[in-house]
Amino acid sequence: MTVEQILPVIVFGPLVASLIAGLSGRRIGDLASQALTTGLLMLSCGLSWYVFSQWTWGELQPVTLELLRFIHVGDFKSDWSIRLDGLSAVMLVVVTTVSALVHLYSWGYMAEDESKPRFFAYLSFFTFAMLALVTAADFMQLFFGWEGVGVASYLLIGFWFKKPSANAAAIKAFVVNRVGDFGFALGIMTVFWMTGSIKFAEIFPRIPEFANTAWWFAGSYWHAVDLACGLLFVGAMGKSAQFFLHTWLPDAMEGPTPVSALIHAATMVTAGVYMVCLLSPMFEYAPVAKQIVTLIGAVTALFAATVGLAQNDIKRVIAYSTCSQLGYMFFAAGVGAYQAAMFHLFTHAFFKALLFLGAGSVIHGMHHEQDMRKMGNLWKYLPVTYAVMTIGTLAITGFGFPNLHLGFAGFYSKDTIIEAAFAAGQEYGGVAAFAFVVSLLAAALTAFYSWRLAFMTFHGTAKWGDDHAHAHDAHGHDDHAHDDHGHGAHTPHESPLVMLVPLLVLAFGAMFAGYVFVEHFVGEENAKFWQGAIFTANHVLEHAHHAPLWVKWAPFVVSAVGFATAWYVYIAKEGMGARIAANKGPVWSFLYNKWYFDELYELTFGRATRALGDLFWKVGDQKIIDGFGPNGVSALSAAIGKRTGQAQTGYVYHYAFVMLLGVAGLLSYALFYLNV
Amino acid sequence: MTGILSLITYSPLIGVAAILLLRSFAKSEDARTVETAKWIALVTTLATLALSSLLVAQFDPANAGFQFMEDYPWFAGLHYRMGVDGISVLFVLLTAFLMPFCIVASWKSIETRVLEYLIAFLVLETLVIGVFCALDLALFYGFFEFGLVPMFLIIGIWGGKNRVYAAYKFFLYTLLGSVLMLAAILAMIGIAGTSSIPELMTYKFDPALQTWLWLAFFASFAVKMPMWPVHTWLPDAHVEAPTAGSVILAGILLKMGGYGFLRFSLPMFPQASDYFTPLVFAMSVIAVVYTSLVAFRQTDIKKLIAYSSVAHMGFVTMGIFAGNAAGVQGAIFQMLSHGVISGALFLCVGVVYDRMHTREIAFYGGLVNRMPWYAATFLLFTMGNVGLPGTSGFVGEILTMTGVYQVSTWTAVVAATGVIFSAVYALSLYRRVVFGELTNPKLAEISDLDWREVAIFVPLILATIFLGIYPAAIFDLTQASVDNLVATYQAAIGG
Repeated sequence: MTVEQILPVIVFGPLVASLIAGLSGRRIGDLASQALTTGLLMLSCGLSWYVFSQWTWGELQPVTLELLRFIHVGDFKSDWSIRLDGLSAVMLVVVTTVSALVHLYSWGYMAEDESKPRFFAYLSFFTFAMLALVTAADFMQLFFGWEGVGVASYLLIGFWFKKPSANAAAIKAFVVNRVGDFGFALGIMTVFWMTGSIKFAEIFPRIPEFANTAWWFAGSYWHAVDLACGLLFVGAMGKSAQFFLHTWLPDAMEGPTPVSALIHAATMVTAGVYMVCLLSPMFEYAPVAKQIVTLIGAVTALFAATVGLAQNDIKRVIAYSTCSQLGYMFFAAGVGAYQAAMFHLFTHAFFKALLFLGAGSVIHGMHHEQDMRKMGNLWKYLPVTYAVMTIGTLAITGFGFPNLHLGFAGFYSKDTIIEAAFAAGQEYGGVAAFAFVVSLLAAALTAFYSWRLAFMTFHGTAKWGDDHAHAHDAHGHDDHAHDDHGHGAHTPHESPLVMLVPLLVLAFGAMFAGYVFVEHFVGEENAKFWQGAIFTANHVLEHAHHAPLWVKWAPFVVSAVGFATAWYVYIAKEGMGARIAANKGPVWSFLYNKWYFDELYELTFGRATRALGDLFWKVGDQKIIDGFGPNGVSALSAAIGKRTGQAQTGYVYHYAFVMLLGVAGLLSYALFYLNV
Repeated sequence: MTGILSLITYSPLIGVAAILLLRSFAKSEDARTVETAKWIALVTTLATLALSSLLVAQFDPANAGFQFMEDYPWFAGLHYRMGVDGISVLFVLLTAFLMPFCIVASWKSIETRVLEYLIAFLVLETLVIGVFCALDLALFYGFFEFGLVPMFLIIGIWGGKNRVYAAYKFFLYTLLGSVLMLAAILAMIGIAGTSSIPELMTYKFDPALQTWLWLAFFASFAVKMPMWPVHTWLPDAHVEAPTAGSVILAGILLKMGGYGFLRFSLPMFPQASDYFTPLVFAMSVIAVVYTSLVAFRQTDIKKLIAYSSVAHMGFVTMGIFAGNAAGVQGAIFQMLSHGVISGALFLCVGVVYDRMHTREIAFYGGLVNRMPWYAATFLLFTMGNVGLPGTSGFVGEILTMTGVYQVSTWTAVVAATGVIFSAVYALSLYRRVVFGELTNPKLAEISDLDWREVAIFVPLILATIFLGIYPAAIFDLTQASVDNLVATYQAAIGG
């Protein structure tokens, strides 16, 4: 098979699976639906790895397959296409690998759910939309995939539709993403009117022409490329849950845990990073937009890490961790090290999916308990989960030895980012320097909250005693049908093999994904690997490799500090963490309440929307327009007219009469003027 | 193929004649008579649809001018002129496409004066198709105005509790517009010395006069769209109208306004259109934001969808007056798409209304537990309504906004907030009606879609997705005519 034949199978396989499972899942049964979706995903995954290996080690060239015309209006020309280049090759394996593993894992995790075909159909549909996104050759298909994954996310967050909290979270995710898409859409329009095209291949070569163009937009002149990139980045902020538009991601944890792993950690939320890297030929000509990306990324990396410190729900901690890691990717792209951003996206997919699925295994083993305060000492009961979670933690904290160039996956990618920020800071100062400082601070915090999670869950004394049974109703846990466990035995148990195998595969990735691919993504081989998919007009990545020794060791040191602190608070002085929380000090409250973003948004946007809606409806429409319009006229005519009672039934006749008069008038007028 | 337009236009009247014949031979309350009449109406509308499909198949998309022309001298210098271009042929098809759904949707829900009801619908179809085919001012005016009578009756006779108030409001608003439009038509004939629409499209009216003519037509079309602030008749009309009435109202009658702008305002009064563009943009974006927020606060399902219609029509008007290819094509596509999606949404409301006889949102909740197929269907159209890419709703929105961006970035910015608001009101409606636990005991026995309802929804679902994925099929049809319209318009305003 040629790559032209393989690519459509990769992209459309999941769609076919989704349609069959979704439309006839009940007829073919649970098992057939699961087998079909998982099987096609495995196929898609295998083919993706084949393409990726050919790309990395073979002689594959970039190619774009045009499948069908989409929108063709004037210069606004979009086609349904499959674009293969360095970026999409990476995304293909990331998406299909995590998706295939999550499909498999869900056989165990969702075993007791009543609507499995629907779940697997959604998962496969998501995968299709994500693949359409990463293989888009123009902005319209990108937007299609962009909103398609948004819908899949909406459906999966709200999968347990009986839960009001899940429904609210689903809507929140969709609406906040729409705020991002508002900017995204305007960005697309700006690019279109600037370059006269929405196809990447036609846009990119023309961008340098607009490097100094002033662009009139919303009442003032802007730097054209900065404006376009800035607006597009708003879309990325929504999808990737960056500061200001991050509030939906933690709530998205209402969805089943496999969904959190696939969509809200490994793939969909990285779409924003992917977009910025894809648009590197634009961002490189947008100095201000790049600084905004750097700033927002850095602030998010730090902000989310601080909030992660104080959360007790195991999934929420990981959600904030995701948010924070995405921040790393963004400021990496912002300082011009797009390769490093993509590399972190790649390694992060493995260890973050691992952490989430590991957390799922814990939740499963704990009979749907998500509160880490009610865990502890689980390593004895879930040894495999414990082992892989530890690997995941080592990976996310970037454990490794700079002198040996040896470490877990996160070590390679995160350290490259930190070094790139340093190099950019040296060169440009400003936000890049800020990002470097933040990257170290956040690395310390990352180590703290990641080990805190590991210690609270697996170490210390067991807190899952008698009161555990009551926790069911108290917390926003995954409450799918779980009746057969009864309320008797509550000893935590290890998960079945079908859940452990994906964990082991991901653990393998979390260990070696960095080591194997570092040269290709960010090292000597990177120009050959990306083959022009990433455009850089800077030398940040090269300079990053020559960062001084202290910069290379700094992440190691700060992470060690984070680890030691977590060990001290949660192991050595066990109970100290709980005491800090019980004090409810101002700093703790601020972090625990997520910097009060939800409250602030509710007070402003939430209230304003409802108040304006009521105002327009009850005052605008009813009092003013209707009052002076039809009702006013009616009152007037009632006052004047004698036959008010009959007036209403007579409207038809009045109307017909007036019209007949009109037609008669028209005819006689024509007769008179045209003299026929 | 000359004569096919008249054939399509009057073919519903054959059904009317058949029903009248039936009525004179059998008792009109008799169940079998009613059943026969329904089948007659359905077959008639399907035949009209077949003829319209044939029309589209025979239509030459490369030709920007009017095709299938019929021109017979009538009297008093007026002509019986019919013809379609790439724009109107689409609306003929849309009308013929939606009518069979209306008949099937009314199959069980209409119980009184069924024969008269069917006749009203068939007459309405003739008149609406006539509007889109007419190429003479007098003929157009006749179809345009008389088209409202059956609609008026449908609301006034088969409507809900406040049908009289709703019909009255509908009447007042449209009356205002008609009178002004009539005056403008008279003036045009007097000045140009012809009532031929194709000739008038190339006649250059004095710019000062254009202003007045434009305003007069605008009064009529703005009410029809409806544009803010003359929109308040629509929610009432929708709420009171029977389901099929809402489908036609939203699906076709509203489009007469947009069609009017494209056929009259832009080509005949280009300078005035250009002059008034800021006004139209302002009214359009106010419609988008204002009515979206109002929709969010509604407690009646139908009212919510009605307000959302006004918001969606805001995109249409701004796209038309952007006066460029993206804007105009987007506007046409948005009208077509809205015709399918909002029609389908009203049918979705009809499904639960037929079962429970209430449209209160608070009454429902948790329907997915009993009605999974209904939930899936409703979801698809909800997503179409919020303009999800992959459904037809997206294409029109993005194109109109793109078109408007060239003329006024501010307008595009404000309009783009509509994509946020539509998600807010549409998803919250869906959540309140479909998701959650089924708590209302009255819903415990509610049944999922039956075969008749499935037969209604499947073609609409396919249309929504087909148009969303392959809108090129439509643009191929409209491109030549729109390019011609835009080129002429831009030349006239010196743009």
